[in-house]
Formats: sequence, structure tokens, C-alpha cells
Amino acid sequence: MIRLLLAIIFWAGAVQAEEIVMSLSQDEVAITTVFDGSDILIYGAIKRDRPTQDLAPLEVVISVSGPLQPVIVRHKERRFGIWVNTSAVTVDAAPSFYAVASTGPLPDVLSETEDLRHSVSIGRAIRSVGADVMNSSDYSEALIRIRAGDDLYQRRDSNVDFDEETLFSTSISLPANLVEGDYPTRIFLTRDKEVVDRYDTVIHVQKVGLERWLYNLSRQQPMVYGFLSLLIAVAAGWSASAAFAMLRR
Amino acid sequence: MQIYLPIAEVSVNAFLLLGVGGLVGILSGMFGVGGGFLITPLLFLAGIPPAVAVATSANQIVASSVSALMAHLRRRTVDMRMGSVLLVGGLIGSALGVFLFNMLKALGQVDLLVKLCYVVFLGTVGGLMLWESINAMLRARRTGRAATRRKHNWVHNLPIKMKFRVSGLYISVLPPLMVGLLVGVLAAIMGVGGGFIMVPAMIYLLGMPTKVVVGTSLFQIIFVTAFTTMLHATTNYTVDMVLALLLIFGGVIGAQFGTRIGARLKAEQLRILLAILVLAVCAQLAFELALRPSELFTLEPLAARR
Repeated sequence: MIRLLLAIIFWAGAVQAEEIVMSLSQDEVAITTVFDGSDILIYGAIKRDRPTQDLAPLEVVISVSGPLQPVIVRHKERRFGIWVNTSAVTVDAAPSFYAVASTGPLPDVLSETEDLRHSVSIGRAIRSVGADVMNSSDYSEALIRIRAGDDLYQRRDSNVDFDEETLFSTSISLPANLVEGDYPTRIFLTRDKEVVDRYDTVIHVQKVGLERWLYNLSRQQPMVYGFLSLLIAVAAGWSASAAFAMLRR
Repeated sequence: MQIYLPIAEVSVNAFLLLGVGGLVGILSGMFGVGGGFLITPLLFLAGIPPAVAVATSANQIVASSVSALMAHLRRRTVDMRMGSVLLVGGLIGSALGVFLFNMLKALGQVDLLVKLCYVVFLGTVGGLMLWESINAMLRARRTGRAATRRKHNWVHNLPIKMKFRVSGLYISVLPPLMVGLLVGVLAAIMGVGGGFIMVPAMIYLLGMPTKVVVGTSLFQIIFVTAFTTMLHATTNYTVDMVLALLLIFGGVIGAQFGTRIGARLKAEQLRILLAILVLAVCAQLAFELALRPSELFTLEPLAARR
């Protein structure tokens, strides 16, 4: 493995001084009936064509994002002695899951400008695509706070291992309540808080087996799905009653 | 044991769901209430998205009601004729209710209205039932036997009379139709079967004997909740079959135990217990509205863009 990477590092001719070569422990996550979250190892190496001794150290930032969904964020206030939803902001597109890991504290490895350009930090990942309403920051902060509490938004500073400024690796844990879809994964290589290279890939998350079948049936043939649900319900009720009547005799 | 629900898209402990189903099944068998007013809030607590919780509990209520109804059919405590009249009113009412629900949704604040509906109706029904049952018990203790409640009120002076042999009634069809209609409207708005309103209405308004009331209300609930399940499955795609199966498994077993417990208790005791349960849920909802929530913001993800 390392020998292969070294081979790539020495032989490949590149336009850029430094380039990312990466891999995933798995690029597909299958959601089965007993799915209980999954850990994905993201690893790779830096390929360079000239020595870099007298330059500032390299840093790595890795982000994994879930599919974008519109979300309504509602705010409660006290009216006539009870708590009522008084106002709401629709965030046009917020990732259902977002994790960002870096070699050091995020502000130390990525500048504000670069964060704005690439939408890396959790706040930027939402705001960059979301609607900007009056004091909408309260609402997007609430969105981040609630999702972070559910482990759906993870900020993992200093969580990327980076050996000899060449080999990097980190582990992202996907929670059990995953939404199906493509999870864009990005790796940024930074020096002096500036991005010097970027690598994009995708992790596919999808339901398989029974989960897949039921989901498709409910969407494509809702009438059949509904009748099947009712049939199961009536049959279960009937047979349980019959079984208990037998036991009583 | 964690299990991933395909429609709800969350992973939940299977035994927790079995327990919720079992608990509600017992209550369903004892009182003839579908249990929707209990199962839906319990599923919220378990982390199921509200839309899926409401739709799937309708499906679970069908199963536990069928199971409980079979037991009542064997004991001949179902007034089919009365049930059918109630059902006609119920279906018209639920169609009306769905229309009303969509109107309220367009105005916003549908959550609050549903909760206020719960507090008002559970509070009124529970309070009345408790008051009446305690009085009846005290009367029974004084005279030595249960008092008969065959009162003649305005209900008995309406036209189009019909004989309901099982209930021992000869009354107009208009009051049962109206009860069914009202329950149907409320059922559609509140997302429940409506048993907790129908049972007291049958006892106090129509003057039906308590033993017959439970089975008859179950008969009506099955059809109303089946209708609701189909409506949710075809319009919102929010019925989760795996979740329903777990709840049903716990529920059908619970319902059988519930019917046996119910048969052993005296009618007055049964009513006091149901009244206390209804009041407890009402108090819980009222506190929720009155106390400052720990998180002032709530999230509602809309359909994903894929």
C-alpha cells in the first residue's frame, strides 16, 4: 500500500506542486433492517513533485455532507399564557447530515475567505444555499444546535491524522437515522489557511432488501401498499384473537 | 435490538416499540378506545417523525381493534345496527374533518389547534365521566346495588325511531348519526379513532348499556381508522409498515389481556379508570402548552430533494 503510494508520489507528473490521492474504506452504505450507523474511514496521501522544506506546514480538512433538504425552523413565544409558534423561517437547503474534520482547529487551518468560497464550516454549509431573512441567523443557529445535539452535525477539529505531511486518515461515524442519497465528500489541502488542492468524491447511501422494497412500493403503488398494511393489520388482529380463544378452551 | 424503519428513516429499539404497542393494546381491550390519543404522543417521544407517527398509529389501531372486537363478538356485546348508523355518520364526518383540517393547515397553527382540541375535549369528557362515575358509585353504595340510568331526555322525543335490540333501545336514528358525525370530524382533525369521545357519548347521550358500548365503538373505529390509513398511505406516504408490524404485534396480544381485565371489572370502576387516564393525558398536554419549552425552536424537514 505505502509502496504503491510512494510510487505514485515519485513518478506521476503533475501540474500542481501538491495533489491529493485518496480512498474510502467503503463508498457505499447499505441500510438494512438492522442498520445501526456506520463508520467510514477516509484516507489518502499527498503527491508532490518538488521538495517543500521551507514552506509552512500542510493541513487537511475533510467534509462529508448528506443530501440537501428544505427545513422549516419555527420559533415559539408565549401568548395568552401558552407557548405558540409565532414565526418561522424556511431554510431552502440544509444538509441532513454534515461532518467536518480537520488536522487542527478549523479557524487555524482555513481562512474566512476560503471558508466562504468553498462553504466548509457547518454554518457556511447551510447559509451558502439557505434563504437570507431578517435575523435568520437565530434560526440557522437553532438548526445547527438541534442537529448537533442529535449528532447529525459534527465538528471534529484536530481529528485528522496526518503523518509526515504525506499520509492522512480520519474516521467519520454516520448515525443510525440516515437519509438515503448521495453524500458528497470533499478533501481540502491547505497551507497558510489557503486551499492548495481539493478532491471531491461521493459516498452512496441507500436502502437494500426489504427496506428498499417497502420504500419503493409505498411510493410507486401507494394503494397496494395501503391495502397490504390493512390486510396485515386485520389478519394479525384476527389470528391473535383466534389464538387466545383456543388457549382459553 | 435497534431496527431501521424504512419510511420513518430512523433507527429505534424494537422492544420499546413492542412495549408501546402492548400498553396501548391493553387499554384498547379494556375501554374500547382505539388508543390513538396515547400511542401518537408516545411515538413522538420515541423519536418517530410526527407525520409517520400519526399515520402508522391509525394502522395499528385497526389491528388492535379487530383483535378486541373478535373477543366482544364472541360475548355478543356488539350492537351491529347501532355501529352501522354511527359509521355512516362517522364517514361523512371524517370527510368533512379532512376538509376542515386542510383549511386550518393553510392558515398555519394547525399543531396548536390540534393540541387545544385535545386539552378541551379530553378535559371535558374526562371530568364529566369522573364526576358521573363517582356519583353513581356513591349512589350504589347507599342503595346497595348499581343504579339504573334509563333516563328520558330530549333525545328520546326525536322522529325516525329505530329498534336497537342489543342495546335495548328504541330511539331516533338522528342522535347516533350526529354522534358519529361529530366524532368523525374530531377524529380527522385530531388523528385518532375517536373512541374516547364516542364511548361517553353513547353512555350518557344515547343511554346505551356500558357492556355493549365498548364492542360497538370498536366496530366503528375499525372502519374509520382503516379509511384514515388509506388516506395517509396514498397522499402523504407516511404509513411505516415495519413500525406498524411491531406495534401490532405488541398491540394484539395486549388487547386480549385488556378484554379479560375489562370483563372482570365492574362498569363503574371501568369508567373511573378511563376518566383518570383521559384526565392524565389532558394534564400532560396542558402542561406542555403552559411551561416554557427547553428548546424554543423546532425543525420540520420537508420532502428531500433527490
